[in-house]
Amino acid sequence: MGKWTRRAFITTGVLAGGTLAVGIAIRPGDRRSKVTDLIAGEEETVLNVWVKISPDNIITAVVPHADMGQGTQTTLAMMLADEMDADWSNVEMLEAPSHEQYANYALAKGYAFGEKDFPSFLIDTVDGFFLKATQFMGLQITGGSTAVRTTGMIAMRVAGAATKSILKQAASDTWQVPVEELESKNSQIHHAPSNRSAPYASFAAQASELSIPPRPKLKAEDEFSIMGRSVQRLDVPAKVDGTASFGIDTVLPGMKYAAVKAAPIFGDKVKSMDTTTVQDMPGVRKVIDLGDAVAVVADGYWQAKQAIDKITVEYESGGNGDVEQSNIYEQFATDMDHAIEAGDQQVDFETGDAEAVLSASSRVVEAEYRVPYLAHATMEPMNCTAWLHDGECELWTGTQNPLGFAMEVADALDMDADNVTLHNQYLGGGFGRRAFPDYTIQAARVASQVPYPVKLIWSREEDMRHDHYRDANISRFKAALDESGKPTVWINQFVEKHDPAEAPLIPYGIDNQFIHFAASKTHVPWGFWRSVDHSLHGFFTESFIDELAVAAGKDPYQFRHDLLADAPRHQAVLDLAAEKAGWGETLPDNWGRGIAIQKSFGSIVAEVVDVEVKDGKPRAHRVVCVVDAGYAFHPDGMKAQMEGGIIYGLTAALYGEISIHRGSVAQSNFHDYQMLRMNESPAIETYIINSGEAIGGAGEPGTPAIAPALANAIYDAVGIRIRELPIKHHDLRREDLESRDVA
Amino acid sequence: MISLSINGERHDIDVDPSTPLLWVIREQAGLTGTKFGCGIAQCGACTVHLNGSPIRSCVTPVQAAANQNITTIEGVGSADAGLHAIQQAWIDEQVPQCGYCQSGQIMSAVALLAQNQSPSDADIDRAMSGNVCRCGTYPRIRRGIKRAAAMLADTANTGAHSNG
Repeated sequence: MGKWTRRAFITTGVLAGGTLAVGIAIRPGDRRSKVTDLIAGEEETVLNVWVKISPDNIITAVVPHADMGQGTQTTLAMMLADEMDADWSNVEMLEAPSHEQYANYALAKGYAFGEKDFPSFLIDTVDGFFLKATQFMGLQITGGSTAVRTTGMIAMRVAGAATKSILKQAASDTWQVPVEELESKNSQIHHAPSNRSAPYASFAAQASELSIPPRPKLKAEDEFSIMGRSVQRLDVPAKVDGTASFGIDTVLPGMKYAAVKAAPIFGDKVKSMDTTTVQDMPGVRKVIDLGDAVAVVADGYWQAKQAIDKITVEYESGGNGDVEQSNIYEQFATDMDHAIEAGDQQVDFETGDAEAVLSASSRVVEAEYRVPYLAHATMEPMNCTAWLHDGECELWTGTQNPLGFAMEVADALDMDADNVTLHNQYLGGGFGRRAFPDYTIQAARVASQVPYPVKLIWSREEDMRHDHYRDANISRFKAALDESGKPTVWINQFVEKHDPAEAPLIPYGIDNQFIHFAASKTHVPWGFWRSVDHSLHGFFTESFIDELAVAAGKDPYQFRHDLLADAPRHQAVLDLAAEKAGWGETLPDNWGRGIAIQKSFGSIVAEVVDVEVKDGKPRAHRVVCVVDAGYAFHPDGMKAQMEGGIIYGLTAALYGEISIHRGSVAQSNFHDYQMLRMNESPAIETYIINSGEAIGGAGEPGTPAIAPALANAIYDAVGIRIRELPIKHHDLRREDLESRDVA
Repeated sequence: MISLSINGERHDIDVDPSTPLLWVIREQAGLTGTKFGCGIAQCGACTVHLNGSPIRSCVTPVQAAANQNITTIEGVGSADAGLHAIQQAWIDEQVPQCGYCQSGQIMSAVALLAQNQSPSDADIDRAMSGNVCRCGTYPRIRRGIKRAAAMLADTANTGAHSNG
């Protein structure tokens, strides 16, 4: 075994297809060389890639993740600072430049290890391994709710502890005293016997010559001084006075503006365009055919926008111009039937003999659910500023994957990746959308045709119609109950599958399960959408389990509780949510209460919704949320993420619908892709369980349980079961209900 | 040439008079705190004050604002010049997440408090429902407005000077 130093480090394997294969490789060379140039100013000593200390004892945490509002950068800085015994009031945060040295290997680790804890003996070696692996893969991604649980737990804390260790060693060497007699606190080192104190900075130069210990000791929870506290987020002050600079706020000397319009039908290409109407418009500089889109460059954005709306474009059909949303659902249904008939179901999970037990059962429950496509609709529309000069391409944008974007642009322009630099800006919302580089490539291609920098901005309509969408889906269930009302069979079929793999699986103790899916591709581009597959399967499975409770004549909370006997962590979360919500209380007429639970990205979340149905419409008044993410390093940040995830999911459940008409997206802006607003926002109470289990994510896990909890609450209020989203299409009036004679 | 007064400063701008005020504020005046969100007055990200009243600058032709008092987020307060009570409350309640909509949210909230010193929940709903937040900060915005109202009331009661 080798050791983890800055000059050479051992790697333990190679990454193939996202899985780990063990092997040994040595990557020689000083990993600081280029990084020093990138992040170190005058008189600063870079100790390792995650921390720098300036002569005035300011400690800067270099954080390899974008902040799109989730507070990750603050939490990661806290984790490093705490292990370092730093003075938090003198800690600053810097987002890592998009350079291969910062490749986000922690994310790859999170995937490769399937969220398992890393064996501690591997910590020093897997870091090196993944650094190399992800340099190759171009990962520097913020997504998958991975930042704190992987980058934070492994990289930041280890870096902090290691840095503290070499600073103390340097102090010991300088003062000629045993290192055991030294104490570190508030970015100072003290030697009590000789009554000496000195700031970290005074030992920085010497410390940087020492080898980093391979396995520094991390703090136990009772030693935390910054972690676990709700410190104020570092990015908030700039977000209350207009000074925070988002991608769209980039200003460069001589910069022009571009508006763009892509072929409305996915798959179409530009055949010809008539630009005579715009050539003489004021400010218009150039019209550019991008193959699948047209762009106009002008002196101002409004001039470019006016011009692009006047250009007539003829498209070459990609063959999707007749597709309607109804065709897509028909295709799903047909493909599901065919998969069963042909026996080529793709099996997700199987235990027992579900089909045999089902056919022998007398109490069978069946249901079919469907959900539509969803757009991200980040508040900041897609945009990127690009400038090609001196053989280089510089990009300014907000992205969840800066390194990957730079590499995609290099490919698109046929440039060397070393000559493409991306300056990441604040993201005006990400939610998965800003993991896709289409807008960045467009901006670079436009800029490659002009001698000045260009800021390309998508209109809201362009943003809505050229997203990468949460998929539409159909989910079919069959279940059997025994005489006591306990489910014995769970059969579930849906179409397509993305991430995470476990999203359709249930935590409940049901002996016979068969979960499978059918392939059914469409021409609609797919994308990660906050909580990804959990956003639909949470709704499907937690609605259907509620139907089983009703069929069994049991209380939906108690029914779940009993089925979670072998899942005590789930049970604790569920129980606390029910207790805090006052489960079992009598509610006013037309009010209902619903519960749901979903584990995603390593965190278990249960939510209880109180809904009032009035004039056929639901109004969620209160949401009680309980989250067990193992440990909340920043409790208020965790609560903010739960609130955000709940409102994001509630918006989708009530209103979210992207539908396909003549091959393109029918919706275009917030008037027809409706948003939840202040007057509809529920009161949200979040309770945190620090179970001490493996660390889970926060950005996404708040979303999956809210749609089913709301739908279950509506059933409780008026007896109408929501099996298709969005809820706005359902008339929830009781008189209808009574005439339909639904129980 | 159109003459604009933005945050008390005069800007003489040569621009098509039908251009939305938003783009003139951002591109000609160089004040990028005011954001583009939808272009059709549906999201409130572009909210500024025209003579103290909140308007959507993305649908307001620049000529309609000529020679009147325009206030943007940059004119509300800053760390150096002193924060408005709303801005301080936004920090205290840790309101922003991505932060993109918050300039517009703050402009609407400042206008609300200017005409109603102790807004009820219904008043807040009315004043703030034109501003969309995709990060879901509504519960904190509500708390922030109430906290700012209390701060202003305290200041008024003790006779101290407000920074805003």
